Formats: sequence, structure tokens, C-alpha cells
Amino acid sequence: MSFKIASSPHQHIQKTTAQLMKLVAVAAVPGIAVQAYFFGYGVLIQLLLAIITALLCEAAVLALRGKKVKVKLLDHSALVTALLLAVAIPSYAPWWLVVIGTAFAIIVVKQLYGGLGNNLFNPAMAAYVLLLVSFPLPMTSWLPAAPLQQQSLGPADAVCTIFTNFSCSGYSISQLRQDADGISMATPLDTLKTDLSQGYTTEESMKKPVFGWLSGEGWFWVNLAYLAGGLFLLQQKVIQWRIPVAVLGSLFGFSFIAWLISPDTNASPLFQLFSGATMLAAFFIATDPVSASTTEKGRLVFGALIGGLAFVIRSYGGYPDAFAFAVMLANMTVPLIDYYTQPRTYGHKSKGAR
Amino acid sequence: MPTLFQQIQAGKVWDFHGGIHPPSRKERTNQKPVALLDIPDRLYIPLRQHIGVAGKVLVKVGDRVLKGQALTQADNAMAVPVHAPTSGMVLAIELHTSTHPSSLAEPTLVLAPDGMDEWRPRKPLDPEQVDIYTLLERIQESGISGMGGAGFPTHIKVNVKQPVDYLIINAVECEPYITADDMLMQERASDIIAGIEILVKLLSPKAVLIGIEDDKPIAAASLKAAIGQRDNYFVREVPTKYPSGGEKQLIQLLTNKEVPAGRRPLDIGIVMQNVGTAFAIAQAVLDDIPLIHRVVTVAGETLAQQQNVLALIGTPISDLLNACGFQAEPQQRIIVGGPMMGFAIADWSVPVVKTTNCVLAPTENELGAASEEMDCIRCGACADACPASLLPQQLLWYSKAHDQDKLAEYNLSDCIECGACAYVCPSEIPLVHYYRVAKAEIRETQREALKAEQAKARFDARTERLEREKQERLERNQQLAAQRVAQQQASGQASQSAAAVQQALARTQQQSDQPLDKAQIIAERERKKAEALAYQQQKQQAQTATPAENTAPGTAEDPRKAAIAAALARAKAKKQAEAQPEAIEQPAPAETAASDTPDMDAKKAAVAAAIARAKAKKQAEAQPEAIEQPAPAETAASDIPDVNAKKAAVAAAIARAKAKKQAEAQPEAVEQPAPAETASSDTADMDAKKAAVAAAIARAKAKKLAEQAEAQQQTEVKATTQQAPSAEPQEPVAPPEQDAKKAAIAAAIARAKAKKQQNSEPL
Amino acid sequence: MSIITALWALGILALVFGAALGYAAIRFKVDADPLVEQIDEILPQTQCGQCGYPGCRPYAEAIANGDDINKCPPGGDTTIKKLADLMGVEAKPLDAAQTPAIKRVAYIREDECIGCTKCIQACPVDAIVGASKQMHTVIIDECTGCDLCVEPCPVDCIDMVPLASSIERWKWDLNAIPVKVLES
Repeated sequence: MSFKIASSPHQHIQKTTAQLMKLVAVAAVPGIAVQAYFFGYGVLIQLLLAIITALLCEAAVLALRGKKVKVKLLDHSALVTALLLAVAIPSYAPWWLVVIGTAFAIIVVKQLYGGLGNNLFNPAMAAYVLLLVSFPLPMTSWLPAAPLQQQSLGPADAVCTIFTNFSCSGYSISQLRQDADGISMATPLDTLKTDLSQGYTTEESMKKPVFGWLSGEGWFWVNLAYLAGGLFLLQQKVIQWRIPVAVLGSLFGFSFIAWLISPDTNASPLFQLFSGATMLAAFFIATDPVSASTTEKGRLVFGALIGGLAFVIRSYGGYPDAFAFAVMLANMTVPLIDYYTQPRTYGHKSKGAR
Repeated sequence: MPTLFQQIQAGKVWDFHGGIHPPSRKERTNQKPVALLDIPDRLYIPLRQHIGVAGKVLVKVGDRVLKGQALTQADNAMAVPVHAPTSGMVLAIELHTSTHPSSLAEPTLVLAPDGMDEWRPRKPLDPEQVDIYTLLERIQESGISGMGGAGFPTHIKVNVKQPVDYLIINAVECEPYITADDMLMQERASDIIAGIEILVKLLSPKAVLIGIEDDKPIAAASLKAAIGQRDNYFVREVPTKYPSGGEKQLIQLLTNKEVPAGRRPLDIGIVMQNVGTAFAIAQAVLDDIPLIHRVVTVAGETLAQQQNVLALIGTPISDLLNACGFQAEPQQRIIVGGPMMGFAIADWSVPVVKTTNCVLAPTENELGAASEEMDCIRCGACADACPASLLPQQLLWYSKAHDQDKLAEYNLSDCIECGACAYVCPSEIPLVHYYRVAKAEIRETQREALKAEQAKARFDARTERLEREKQERLERNQQLAAQRVAQQQASGQASQSAAAVQQALARTQQQSDQPLDKAQIIAERERKKAEALAYQQQKQQAQTATPAENTAPGTAEDPRKAAIAAALARAKAKKQAEAQPEAIEQPAPAETAASDTPDMDAKKAAVAAAIARAKAKKQAEAQPEAIEQPAPAETAASDIPDVNAKKAAVAAAIARAKAKKQAEAQPEAVEQPAPAETASSDTADMDAKKAAVAAAIARAKAKKLAEQAEAQQQTEVKATTQQAPSAEPQEPVAPPEQDAKKAAIAAAIARAKAKKQQNSEPL
Repeated sequence: MSIITALWALGILALVFGAALGYAAIRFKVDADPLVEQIDEILPQTQCGQCGYPGCRPYAEAIANGDDINKCPPGGDTTIKKLADLMGVEAKPLDAAQTPAIKRVAYIREDECIGCTKCIQACPVDAIVGASKQMHTVIIDECTGCDLCVEPCPVDCIDMVPLASSIERWKWDLNAIPVKVLES
């Protein structure tokens, strides 16, 4: 018998980083399923591509850095990054888009900053922004939701479109996006923005079929599914309530004020909450612990900042959806937020570090 | 708005930030009565079991002590004594592994119980009849120090000048597994209340708050029953949450007050004592039983019997575990204390001490060892769990960076090391360990800063002193010069006062005395010269013979003459050496002579030695062929048994100095150390000290030689290296009286020597 | 005309600013060179002279005058880092190859000491006590471990020994604990 020396505490809660990451992936499943239902099998192929790329890149860089590849790969953080990027880009975007994005996310945004725990930016969102500014056309080429699609696309079509730019029956992406009248259809947010700039009121714009019920055909259900996943994460204590509540609260608050002031030129708060990537961002992206604030108050500030920025960019910016930019901008402010929101230590009068 | 006291009276309990809910596992031991153990074969009683300093040892090895007898005496305020837990014999007072995370050895008294368990006479006190000083004295003399955590001397904690609002009795025991206090309360509630009453007499607080976690209903009920109708005793059940038993946390829970950073609870009118301490106080005062035993929870799934035991202080942990049916795993962890703040021990012979409340021997499944540390993902779970509202992830970052300024800024010193952060960390980072290391580093830095300050002050003082001395010397010289001038002037002039005359007279006398002395000396010197001349002539006739006896026979001559003779001999030798480089043997006989005269006192010997040294030096410079010199010199020095140790040392030093010089002068002298060592070790009657000296000499020589060797030809170097080891074995073996330690030292020296030589070899 | 106005204006401005600067220079005058003090604070005050200067203060002055910051072996990397921060220069590796990683203090083997007082004279902080022909000893608490006494000793009876670890100064080095293996 020999004695083993260890430092206290000798007891640990049995919830490791890998388990947390796995739970995040599990929680995203309903959202992905609904997304696949409305926007085609392309989502699944993108997911597969992203995960393979992410794991390969992560393994390669870890090996180069002389780390324990197997242990670190099994923390599943690369998996979650890949997952978030894959669901954020259009389902039928060409294959190289997601590969470039994932590689950038893992190699540059995550590993070059020092690996898990050291990256300043959310890797998935940084990659999304890179792709959006570099390849704006494919990155905004969302197909309309399944009920509005002219051609129904099977799994084979998805593979063909992603790898050859043309479906099995020879349609290009832009053709696939056309509605019955031959007009290319954009996402609800995009449509609204375009219409508002052309002088239509919100109400007039909302009559278009792309909006469907409340916030866009398909998009509402996708958001609802991610909300469900987020609530599951909350219940599992994987994430804390502060960031999602602050994100949604501030987005709702800002849009509500704007809507009260001018209902004709502003979308309703509920539309804002259930369109685009709102729920995904609030529960899955903004809560990424590495790049978010760590103090209790800081998380509220951080979340509120994301919600506010998202509203401003959605309403006044050049890009239709805004969460990637909002999250990245908020990421940049995290050190500042953390510094100024330090809790008051027990027995100290003044708050924070002095 | 009700006042705080009204709120407390109304039974309000507050909350503190963070905290965790680990599985408590207390049900395994909290329904079994406290078991008594057989008296173990050996008791290891560390002399210091509290924060502060150890007392003065009162007993000797071999003494028989009675149960309860003080083994040490508190000779200052921060000391508390330790007592014999049973009657028996003091076997040893030695270093023994401590019951401390470091497992470093500390002075421990080993007691062999005689099984009779015989008490010393006891003098119970009636707290109603005696004053508080008597009580305080009794508390200190009974060796009572805090039994919950750090072991702070109780008599200091309860000796207060400030008014005390609340006396808080800590009965929370929030760590998993531990039920020692729980069982004590269940079984001895009335004693605990008696102890609290004594504390109340000492502190006279407004109210007594007993904080207890709500998972101990039986204990709480028995306390309430024991309190009965007493006024302003409140038992407050706090929700089960770790670490509500922390001093600061419990204060917050019960009074909603916070202890300001860097201050003590007393500063906000609160004194906290552990229930165990209250019980110990009751025993010490009412029954005169000093702190010689305590309740210890022995738990873990490797044990057949998980239970609380009443263990004598000093009982080895191994005895505790074996008494409970211990079945070890291959990689067994034994934890002293609870799973959250306890420490693993490397040696299970460590004893139960006054602060030991639990011994855990868990299986691997039960308390999984921490898996590999992963990167921090900044999830903030630690910050949510931290009861001090710190930001552990930031502290980790700065601990790793050794950024002590930032650590201070983020209030590392407020960390209570409860382990809640590390418990919840999904990356299994041993956060607390990082903080402890950082804290130790900070302490070290502070200590070093203090030391640097002191060193600077001392350096400045020294510089100043040297400067002052220089100045004083200068002044003195100037003064003397001035005096001389004045005197000369005075003697030139006619004397003006009687004093001046007397002075002048005295001076003249002095002046006239001096020539007389000088004349004598000169005369004597002439005589010596003649003698020495004769001796020289003799020696020149037989150059190789050792004419040591020639000078030595003059034993009847007074020592002074001998010394002078030696001096003369030296002067001549010097001259001669310069003149004829072949004269090899000279200094050796000179020394022999010096040390042969047994009635010569040590001082003389030293003088002679110094002479010899000077000579040797000169000679060495003059005649590089003189090879054999130091060896015989040493032989001579150490051969004489009646020469006392000091002389030997001096002679040795001389020889060493000589050797050093010689080695510098003559690089060919390769053979020296070997014979020198042989000589020194051959003398069987040489005492250990001498042996050490000889070793030192040999070393000095070897060092020089090694330095020389660098400059030498390779072949010669080889010869040297071969010889050095050959000389080694003789040292430790030959002198039988030489004790083992010396032998070891000598061996080590020889080894070092050999190593040095090897290193210097330019092969 | 306008040129004269401009000259006047500039002249008056120059006077005003000159007066203000002059006042500031007197009012906010920095008495001594605080840089030397600051550097001296950082240096470990062993007074060992291994930097080539007779003590820490002279070296601090030398650094203030542009000498290298990496000449202090007792201070080690920590000191260099602090000096680099203070001086706004790159931290360099230590000049001397061997860094005394462990704190050491001098120890006189008293059996062998001949009482020559040479080490007493060498000690920069008066940490050695003794008299001529009497045994000397080191006051461990005051010893800075500067090595200066080792060389002067004619009989080599001074050792630099690592400072014994104590429970109070233990640095939580769990890996250094020897683990006992028992027969089960």
C-alpha cells in the first residue's frame, strides 16, 4: 500500500468541461432538427463538414503545439464551435464556405490565441463575420422555408448543391431561391430591411408570404426550438440565466421603445425575439463562457450590450442579421466589463478592485 | 424597523454569497455512539499543536509521567502546553512527521503508556467562586486551543478588553463526513452548555448564538434541552450549505455582519468558539481534565466500522484506522480533516492532534481523485460558489503569472481556502492549491522585503561604523601626533608646573626604561643566536637527521626563552633557506620542538606555529623542491596525545595554510595529501575533533591541488586522481574512536574532493 | 501694425507660459532622484557585490545611469522583471550562468574555525559574530547568503547551506513530500 498525496478539496462535482460541452450539443439538437425540416438537409451536411474540419484542425494544431491531442479533443469544445457555425450559415452554401469558416475559427480565433479558455472572441461568430464580409452573396443566400420552396429538395439535392452549386436537377442557388413569381426570396429580416428602405411600412411589408406567422415562415419554429434547448441548458445549470435574460430583455426593451415611437418603421418586439438567430445567440452563442463576462453583474451588462447592439445593427446597419457583430463587439468589451463589475469582496467596503 | 438584536431574537437567519452542497454522508456516523479506543502502544505528542510557539519542555527522556501531567510549560502568551494523555514513560523527544500538509518533521514527545492510566492530582474549580484570571489561567494551563480549525490559543481569544455583543458557538460542522461535534452535542450537551457558561462569565456578551446546521436535529434538540430556561441563549438552525461553518460565513448568517478585511471578529463585537472548545473548557475547569483527548470521526468506505472515537491526543492515525477495520486500497488516500479542507498524509504514523476532527480513508469510487487539470474556460462557476465573493478565475490567472500586485488587488488574502471553487470547477483545476502556493509566495516575498530592509539597515550601519572608525583612527593619530609635538615642545621648554614636571619625569623614566629592556632583549638574543648557531652547525653536519630534540631538551628553560629561541631559529632558518635551498627538514623540527614541550601553554604553541607557518611560507617560495614538509609536521602535531585539542587545531590550521601556500608554489607536489591523510588517520588515540580537523586539512589541500591540476599536464592529473581515491578508504576505517558521523563527513569530503578533481580534469 | 500686435501677443504669451512653467518647476520640484530609490527598493539588499558594485545602492545608481539590469544573481528573474518594468526595458536573462535557486545561508563549521575574523570583515551586513582567536558563528536570520565570507576563510570552514524548510515557510510543494510505501 502506498499513500497518495492530493490537494484539497478531495471531492469534486462530477460535471466536467467535456460533459458541459456535450450537453450544449444535445440541447442544440431540437433546433437543428427544426432547421433541417424547414431549410433542408443541407444543414446536416454543413454540420458534418464543419465537425470534420474542426476536429482535424484542432488535432493538427494541438499536435503542433505539443499538447495531449486526445485529452484536449475530448473536451468537445471544437465540436460546439463547429456546430454553432454550421447552423449559422445558409443550408445550401457551397462546401468550401463552411470549411474555410471552421478552419479560421479553430486555427486563428481559438488556437492562435492560446487554445480553449484564452480566446478573446467567440470562434464561431468571428468566423461567421469573416465569411459574411468576405463572401456576402453565398452567406446571405438563404432558401425560403420549405413550405415556400418551389422545388422540394432531397438529401441528394443537398449534397449536389453544396458541392457543385447546382441541385441534381440543375438548378442554381439563385434559381432555388425564387418564388412562384420568379422573384428571389430573402430572409424575413432581409426583406423587412429592404422594404423599409423602399418606403413601405412594417405592416405592408409583413404581408409578404415570407413572414408567415409572427416572425417568418419557419424561422419562428426554429427560434422556438432553440429556446427549448436553451431552457434545457438552464435547467441543467450548464448556463446561468443572466446572459440570455439580458440579451432578450434588452433586445425586447429597445425594440419595444422603437416600436412604440414608430410602429410603421420598426418591427414588433416579438418579431425581433423570434426572427433570425435571436434565440440561438441568446442561449448558445452569447453564453459561451470563454468569451463572455464572468462576473454576475458583468454578465447582465454583457448580455444587455449584445441585445442593444443587435437591435441597432438590425435596424440601422447594413447587414440583415446582427448577432455575430453584436457578440464580437461585446466580446471586445469583456475585460473592461469584468474589471468594473467586480463583486464586493466579503469584508471590503468598496466594490471591485482598488 | 427592528434593530439587529431584535431581528436576531426573532430568529432571523441571513445568507451568504455562494456556497455549495456536496453530499454530506454524515448519516454513516452520526447515529453511533462515540467509541473508546484501547490505549495505543505509543503516543506521539507534538510539542506545538496550535498557532503560536511551543512551550518549554518540562520532562526528560526516561521520566515517568502521570495522566494529565503537563509536558511543556507555557512560557509566553502565545504558548499553550501539551499534556500526557495517559501515564507512562517518556521514550524520546525527537523529530516526528507532523500532522500538517507538509509532512515535515517537528519536535515530538514519544510516550510509552504503562497501561495504568494513573491520574495526577486534580483540582476542579468552581467557576462561580473564582475570578476570571484564574479561569483564564486554567484554560491556558489546560492546553486549550481552538478545536475547530486553526488551533488558535483560546485563552487569548477569550481574554478581551472590548465589549462583546455576541458569543457565537460554532456547531455548524459543515464539512461532509464529519460528525465529531454532532456526536459530542448529542452525548454531552449539558457539559457544552457548562463550558459556554464559563465563556459567558469571561466575555459577558449580550447574547449567545449557537449556530447549527439543520441536518443535525438531534443535536439541536439536546442543546435546546440543556439550555433550558437560560436567557439570551439562542440555538439558530442554519440551512445546510458548505461552508456555513466558516467563521466569517457563520457571523454573516447569524448577525448579517461582515468582519472587515484584515480585522478580527472581536472588532465588530463578536467572539466565536467551537462547541468542542466549549466542551474542553468545561472539562478543564470543572473536572481539571486538560486537553488530552478529543472526538474524531473515522470514516470512509475502506473501513469496516465508520464511527466517532474518543482518541487520546498523540494516537497515531494508523491505530485509529486499524481499530476501525481498515482495508487499504493500493493507492490509498488518507485524509486528515474533511474532504473539502483536509489534507492527505504521506505517513500514517502521524498523530491525532488538538485540531484533528476527522480521519478519512475513502475508496477511489467514493471520493474520486481529481482527474487531469484542463484549461480554464472562464465559466465563472467558481465565482458563483465563492463565499467570499472573490473572482477565483482571475486569481488563478494571476497566481499562474505570479503577479502579486494583481493578486492583492483581487483580494487573494480574503480567500478562506474552503475549496468551493475547486469543487465546482468543470476543468478540475486545483484552484485552492494555486492560491495556497501564491499565498506562501507572497508571505515569502514579504519576509524577504523585510529582510532586505534589515540587511540594508545593517549594511548602512556597518558602512557608517567603518567610516566612523576610520575617522576616529585618523583623529587619534592626529591627536597623538599633536601630543608628541606638544610634549617635545614642553620638554624643550622649562617645566612650568609640577604636573608637567611629573609628566616629563615619567616620560623620561619610560624612555630610560625602554633602552634597558632593549638591552636585555639584545643580550638574550645574542645568547640565543649563539645557541642557534651551534644548533645550525650540528644540523649542517647531519642534514637528513631530525634534530628536533636539540632544542627540545631545554625543558627546564622557561617557556619564554623557548619561544624566543624558536623565533631565533626561525630568523636563521629563513636566512639559511634563502642561502641554501637544499635545507629541507628545517621547519618540521621547529614545529616538533614547539609542540614537544608539554608545559608550554597554548598561546606559546600558537606563536610558535605562526612562526613555523611564516617560515614555511618563505621556504616554500624559496625552494620549490621541498616536498615532504607538511606531512611530518602534521604527524608530529597529532602524535602527541597530551597536546590539547586547541593546539592540534592550531597546528592543523598552520599545516593547512602551509599546504595551501606550498601547493601554490610547487605544482609538482602531487603526493602530499595521501601521506598527510595516512598520518592523520593512523593515530589511533586521536580524538574525533582532530580527525575532523585533519579531514579539513586534507580537503584544503585537495582543493588547492585540484586547482593546480587544471594547470598541469594530463598525466600528472591522472596520477592525482588515482591517488585521491586511494586515500579515501583509510580515513573512515583507521581511527576506531572516530564516531560514525565524522566518518560520514570525512567520506563525503573525500567524495567531494574526488568529484572536484574529476571535474577539473581537462580530459 | 498687425505684425506688431502679433509680436506683442506672442511675447506676452511666452512670458505667461514661461512664468507658469517656472512656477511649476519650483512648486513641484522633485527633490532627489527617486529612480535610484525605486531601483534600490527592488534590489534584494544582499550587498553581495556580485554585480561588480560595492553594494546594492551603488548598483541602483549604476542602473539609473544606464547599466544593465541583469547583474543581480540573488534577485534572480523576479528582480530583473521588476527592474525591466520600472525602467521600461526588455527583461534580459541573468548575466551570471548560475542562479541560486534555493535560498542559502552561510554556516561556519565551528570545530574548524580558527578565529581569524576575516569573514567578519567580509560580511557586508555584520551577520557574523566572534572575536579574534575565538570561534565565529553566523546569525542565520541576518545572513543574506551573499557568499562573500566563503572565499576569505583561510581554512574553508564556511559552507553555504540551503535554508532548512519549516512548517511556517512551507510553499505547498506537495510533490516534494516523500510518500511512504508500506507492506499491506
